[in-house]
Amino acid sequence: MIETLIVLLPLLGAAIAGLFGRFVGDRGAQIVTCGLLGVSALLSIFVFKDIALDGNTRTTELFTWIDSGEFELSWAIKLDTLSAVMLLVVTNISTLIHVYSIGYMSHDKSIPRFFSYLSLFTFFMLALVTSDNFVQMYFGWEGVGLASYLLIGFWYERPSACAAAIKAFLVNRVGDAGFALGIVGTFFLFGAVGFEQVFAAVPAMADAQFEFIGIQGNALTIICLLLFIGAMGKSAQLFLHTWLPDAMEGPTPVSALIHAATMVTAGVFMVARLSPMFEYAPFALEVVTVVGASTAFFAATVGLTQFDIKRVIAYSTCSQLGYMFFAAGVSAYSASIFHLMTHAFFKALLFLGAGSVIHALSDEQDMRKMGGIWRMIPVTYAVMWIGSLALAGVPPFAGFFSKDMILEAAYGARGMVGGYAFWMGIAAAFMTAFYSWRLLFLTFHGNPRADEKTMSHVHESPKVMLVPLILLATGAVFAGWLGYDLFVGEGRAEFWGESILVLAANDSVEAGHHVPFWVKVLPLVMGATGIALAWVMYVLRPDLPALVARSFRPIYLFFYNKWYFDELYDWLFVRPAMYLGRGLWKGGDGAVIDGVGPDGIAAATRSLAGRISRVQTGYLYHYAFAMLIGVVALVSWYLLTRVG
Amino acid sequence: MEDWPILSLVTFLPLVGAFFIMWIRGEPDVVARNARYMALWTSLATFVMSLFIWFNFERGSAEFQMIDEAVWFPGYDINYKMGVDGVSMLFVMLSTVLTPLCIVASWDAIRTRVKEYMIAFLVLETLMVGMFCALDFVLFYFFYEGVLIPMFLIIGIWGGERRVYSAFKFFLFTLAGSVLLFLALLAMYFEVGTTDIPAMLEYGFPASMQTWLWLAMFASFAVKVPMWPVHTWLPDAHVEAPTAGSVILAGVLLKMGGYGFIRFSLPMLPLASEFFTPLVFTLSVMAIIYTSLVALAQEDMKKLIAYSSVAHMGMVTLGTFTVTQQGLEGAIFQMLSHGVVSAALFLIVGVIYDRLHTRLIARYDGLVSRMPAYSLFFMIFMLASVGLPGTSGFVGEFLVLVGIFQVNTWAALLATAGMILGAAYMLYLYRRVIFGVMTKPDLKAILDLTPREVVVFAPLLALVFWMGIYPMSFLDVMSASVTNIVESHQAALLEAPGRTFASLFSLGQ
Repeated sequence: MIETLIVLLPLLGAAIAGLFGRFVGDRGAQIVTCGLLGVSALLSIFVFKDIALDGNTRTTELFTWIDSGEFELSWAIKLDTLSAVMLLVVTNISTLIHVYSIGYMSHDKSIPRFFSYLSLFTFFMLALVTSDNFVQMYFGWEGVGLASYLLIGFWYERPSACAAAIKAFLVNRVGDAGFALGIVGTFFLFGAVGFEQVFAAVPAMADAQFEFIGIQGNALTIICLLLFIGAMGKSAQLFLHTWLPDAMEGPTPVSALIHAATMVTAGVFMVARLSPMFEYAPFALEVVTVVGASTAFFAATVGLTQFDIKRVIAYSTCSQLGYMFFAAGVSAYSASIFHLMTHAFFKALLFLGAGSVIHALSDEQDMRKMGGIWRMIPVTYAVMWIGSLALAGVPPFAGFFSKDMILEAAYGARGMVGGYAFWMGIAAAFMTAFYSWRLLFLTFHGNPRADEKTMSHVHESPKVMLVPLILLATGAVFAGWLGYDLFVGEGRAEFWGESILVLAANDSVEAGHHVPFWVKVLPLVMGATGIALAWVMYVLRPDLPALVARSFRPIYLFFYNKWYFDELYDWLFVRPAMYLGRGLWKGGDGAVIDGVGPDGIAAATRSLAGRISRVQTGYLYHYAFAMLIGVVALVSWYLLTRVG
Repeated sequence: MEDWPILSLVTFLPLVGAFFIMWIRGEPDVVARNARYMALWTSLATFVMSLFIWFNFERGSAEFQMIDEAVWFPGYDINYKMGVDGVSMLFVMLSTVLTPLCIVASWDAIRTRVKEYMIAFLVLETLMVGMFCALDFVLFYFFYEGVLIPMFLIIGIWGGERRVYSAFKFFLFTLAGSVLLFLALLAMYFEVGTTDIPAMLEYGFPASMQTWLWLAMFASFAVKVPMWPVHTWLPDAHVEAPTAGSVILAGVLLKMGGYGFIRFSLPMLPLASEFFTPLVFTLSVMAIIYTSLVALAQEDMKKLIAYSSVAHMGMVTLGTFTVTQQGLEGAIFQMLSHGVVSAALFLIVGVIYDRLHTRLIARYDGLVSRMPAYSLFFMIFMLASVGLPGTSGFVGEFLVLVGIFQVNTWAALLATAGMILGAAYMLYLYRRVIFGVMTKPDLKAILDLTPREVVVFAPLLALVFWMGIYPMSFLDVMSASVTNIVESHQAALLEAPGRTFASLFSLGQ
C-alpha cells in the first residue's frame, strides 16, 4: 500500500496540475505537486528503513499487464535495497527541485504545466526503479524519455529547445531499440521477463548460444550488450551522449532533475539491477567498462573548454556517469550506486547553484560575461564551492568517498580493462578538478565582465531557492561519509542482500580495499593539481588560457566542438534520412511504382485507345479495305489448315 | 437474448437506418438535419447492440460463436452463415465504435448531399460488420467487395480536388487483387464442395494447390493491407477522402487485409504460408523502413499519417507470419490499436482542416498557444502512434517484436529501426504544427476544440489508455483462437511430407 502511494502520488500530482491547472491556479499547482511528492519522499524514507536497513524485501503485484502465451507480466512494485535506495534518492532530490522551482520559475507564464511535467518525470522514474520485470522497466524507461522531451522543449517557442527535445527523444529511442531487442532476446532465451524467473535461470544458461543477425555467440553476452545499448542511450555514454548537453535548453531545474535524480541514472541502475545477468557475461562487462572509462575521459576533455556554465556541468555529468559505468563494469555495482547517490546530491546542487547564478545575472549563461560577483551572492557562492569540492573528490566531501572507491575497485579488478578504466579515471579526475575551479573562478572571481545594468541587478536568490540549496549542500557534505560503511564498507553484504549479485571471483570492491597506498592518494593528488592549475590559469595569469588555446589550436577546437560528434551524426544519419525519404517518395513511389503501375497502365491504355480510335476514320473505303484484308486472311487460314 | 441472431441484427441494423433516411423528404436543411440525427441514432443503436456481442462472447474458447445460419443457394452448399471467434469479434467492435464517431465528426464538415453521405456510411457499416462476421466464403466475398462501393463513392463525391483520380486508383488497385481472390474462391469451392469457412479450415488443401491459392489470396489481401509495393493507392485515397472516410479507411478497411491473412491464408494454406514467409518478411520490413523514410519527407499531414499507416501495417504482417502466440496476438492487437490511433490522428488533422482548409504542414505553426486542449489530444495520439508504453500502440508492437525475434532476428532488428524512424517523423510533424511561435496571420483567430470534437476524441482517448494499461480485456478474447491457429499450423507442418520447392510448384498432376 505504502509503496503504491510512493509511486502513484507524483502521478496524481502531475494529473491535477496538468489537467486542472486552470482551476487550481499557479499556487495550487505548486502546492499540490510539491505536497504530494513531499509525502512520497517521507514515505520513502520510512520504506528505506524498512527495506534496506531491516531487510524486509517484498514485491507487490498490482494487476496483470500483458499475458500472451508464456509472455506474462504484471504491474508491480518490487522493493529491495537497490530500489529502496533509488526511491530515497529520486523522491527526495526531486522534492527539493520542485521547491526550488517555485522560486526559479516564478516569472514563467505556464507554471502548472511545468510542475505537472516535473511530477510526471518523477513518476516514470519511480515506476522504472520499482519494476519487477523488464517490460515495466521499459515503460518507465520510455516514460522518462517522454518527460525529458516535454521538459527540454518546455519553452517551445525557441527553435533550439524544440530541436534539443526531439534530439533527446530520438537518441534515447536508439538506445531504447537496443533495450527492446535485449528484452525480447531475454524472453527468447529464458521464456520469461520477470526478474526473479530470469535471474534464477541465468547460471544454467550461462553457456547457451544463439544467433543474432548472423552473429553466432554466447546468448547471454549478446543480450547483455543489447540491453547495455539502452543504458548507453539513457545515461548518455559515448556515441549516444549527444542529447545530454543539449538538454540544458530546458529550464535549469529540469537539468538538475535529469542529471541528478531521474533519467541519466536509469542506465546505471539498470546495469546494477541486472547484475545477476551481467556477472555471467564477462565480455559484456568489459564492454561496459571500456565505454564507461572512455566516456569519463572524453566528456572531461570537452568540459575543459566550454564557456556555457550549464554546459560545463552537463559534461561533468556525462563524465561522472562514465565513472559509474566502469565501476559497474568491474563488478563494483555497489560503488557505482554509491556514486550515483552522492553524485545526485552534488550534481543537483551544482545545477541549482548555477541556476541561482543565472537568476542573479538576468539569465546570462556565458561565463565570459560573469566574474566578480562572489560577494554579492554569498550563499550561492558557498554552495557552489561545496558542490565543486564534492565533485572533485576532496575529502571529506561526498564525492571523495564514492569516487575513490570506484578508482580503487578499478585498480583492484583483474585484467587490462580494469587498468584502462583506472588510468582514464585518474586523468578524468584531474580534468574534473580543473574545469570545476575554472568554472568557480570564471563565474565568481576576477573583474566583473557583465554590463553595468546586469551588475546592478545582481541579487541573492529568494529563500525558497536557497533552502533546497542548503539542504543539498548538507547532503553533498555528509552523504559519502554516512553511506560509506553501508554501501561499500563492512556492512555492504548485509545491506545489499540479494539485490546485487557479485560472483566471488569478481569482488573488486573487496580488492579495492587492499590496493597500495599510492592508488588511494593518487586521485587526491591529481585533484589538487587540477585545482592549482586552474588557479594559476584563471587567477594568477588570466592571459594564459588564451595563449594555451592558441598554441594548441587543433586540439582546442577538437575539444571545444565536442569531438565533432554532432556534425558527424548530422552528416551520417540526419541528412541521408531526409534525402532518402524525399528520394523514395518522389522516385520510388512516384516514378517507379506509380509510373510503371497504375499511372503507367492508365497512360498505356489511353495511348492504345487513341491509336485505335484513329483507325476509325469514317471513310467507307477504309472499312471496306479492312474487311477485304480480313476476308483474305480468313480464307487463307482456312485453306492452309483445313484443306491442306 | 441467447437465441437472437445478434450478429445479423448488428450487421443489418445500419441498413435499416439507411433505408429510412432514403425516404426523408422536404426542405434541404431539414433533410440534412434529419439525416444526420437518423444516422447518429442508428449507429449508436448498432453500437449498443454490438455490446451484447462483447458481453456474451465466451472467452477462452476457440470456437465460432453466436452462429446463425440460413440456406442461401439450396443444393450448392453455399449458405448464409454468420459467427465470430476471438479474431473477428474485436474487429466487429472496432467497426461499431468508429462509425458513430465518424458521423459526429462529419456533422458540420459535410454540407453537400448530406442524406446520401449518411446512407453511404450506414451501408458501409453493414458491409464492414458483415465482412468480419461472415462464415461463408461467398458471403465474405460479397461483403469484402461490397465495401469498395460506398468507399469509392465517399472518396469520389465528397473528396478533395483530385478525388476522381484517387477514387479510381483505389478502386482499380483493390479490384485487381479481388479478381484473383475470386478465382481462388472458385478453385476452393470446387475442391471442397462447400464454401463454409469452418469446413474449409478443417479441410487440408493439397500441397500442390496451396501455392497458387496462396498467391491469389495474397494479391488481394496485400493490396488491402497495404503492403509494399502496392501501397501507393493509400496516400492518395487518404489525402482526397473526407476526414470520416479516412477514419474508416485507416481504421477498418486496412484491417480487412490483415484479417484475411489470419482467417484464410494462414490456417487454410499452412504449407504455402510457411514457404512464402521470407517474402512476407521482406516486404514487411521494406514497408516499415521505406515508408517511414518517406513519411519523414511529407509536406501534407494526411499523407504523412497515411504513410505511417503502411509502416504500422508492416508490423502487422510481420507478426502474423511469425505464427507464434505473441506474434499473432501482437498483430491483431496492433491492428486494433492502429484502428483507434490512426482514426484519431486523421480526426486530429480533420479538426484543423475544417478551420483552415489546408493540410499542408507549412501552413501551420505554434498552434499550442491557441489550442492547448487540441495539442494535448494530438500529443497523446501521437505518442500512441509512436508506441510509447502505457498506450495501445506499445502492446501490439512489442508483442510482434517478441514474436519476430523467435523467428528471424534480422527482421526484429530492422523492425526496431522502424520504431526509431516512427518517433522521428511523428515528433517532427508535431513540432512543426504545434510548437514554435505562431506567426501566420490567418492562425491568430483559430479556435480550440469544440465540445462536439471533444466528444469524438474522448472515447478514442479512453481506448488508447485502456488498451495500453489493461490490454488483458482484449488479449483474453483472442488468446484461445490464436492458440488454436498456432497449434494447427504446427500440426499441419509436421504432417506434411518433405516439402521441397518442386512439390509446392508442381501442378499436382
